[in-house]
Amino acid sequence: MKPSVIVFPASNCDRDAAAALEQATGKAPLMVWHGEASLPDTDFIILPGGFSYGDYLRSGAMAAKSPIMRAVIDKANAGTPVIGICNGFQTLCEAGLLPGVLLRNSGLNFVCRSVTLRVENNSSLFTSGFEKGAFVDFPVAHHDGNYFADDETLTRLEGDERVAFRYVDNPNGSARNIAGILNEAGNVLGMMPHPERVISPLLGGVDGAAFFKSVVEAAA
Amino acid sequence: MKAKITITLKNGVLDPQGKAIEGALAGLGFAGASDVRQGKVIELKLEENDEAAARAKAEEMCKKLLANPVMENYQIEILA
Repeated sequence: MKPSVIVFPASNCDRDAAAALEQATGKAPLMVWHGEASLPDTDFIILPGGFSYGDYLRSGAMAAKSPIMRAVIDKANAGTPVIGICNGFQTLCEAGLLPGVLLRNSGLNFVCRSVTLRVENNSSLFTSGFEKGAFVDFPVAHHDGNYFADDETLTRLEGDERVAFRYVDNPNGSARNIAGILNEAGNVLGMMPHPERVISPLLGGVDGAAFFKSVVEAAA
Repeated sequence: MKAKITITLKNGVLDPQGKAIEGALAGLGFAGASDVRQGKVIELKLEENDEAAARAKAEEMCKKLLANPVMENYQIEILA
């Protein structure tokens, strides 16, 4: 496997994502600067969390138009697995790879704590290591995590089993408690919570390590 | 020409910032202010001298970057 992590100006979870990938694959991923016009030889891409471009205009809006994103969109459309975490999720929505948008949290607060998620779909590449209905604890840390899409889109996501994770106790007002969704082909996952922050007991949890291990095994 | 682009949240899209502003206005004693919605204004200069061409370019900018049609509406004013 040749994973890569895209680094935008003000990404701040790129190294955490790299550490999680290194733990799961045994080797360090490629780090790709957003200004590059093309991707190196890679078969797995993470868009990390952070505050790319200072969240100017809209969260993820500028990152979605970065030069590298044209190559990421092409790769995603060709079937390469892509995970967007937090700001990465916002960027995937802005890039049109996932439907909907992440609005300001309904409670207005920046929410930074561990949340429990229910695995809604375990038939995807990203969730096959879990039982359907299993609970995992991942931290959230965001101001704009309130998932929004029109009712028709939400119903289609649910009907097509494209909701990967739901919040047990909704921290941000997300429509239908959605924490993570898949694209139609099932090779793109966007999620607000941070599995890469819980990959060791030293970090307060290991559910993220199980997540990355299962993703890497499924994608290999 | 100058373009002034006003971007607002669509009806039905939750605007917690608008709600907070509404609460603060009520706290200051401004009774009867309701449905507060916060948006943004972007001004820019365009090299086009023709209003229709300037509007077409601003429209394209809105579609590609300045507004997100999932949650926002936009209105373009072309100023001489």
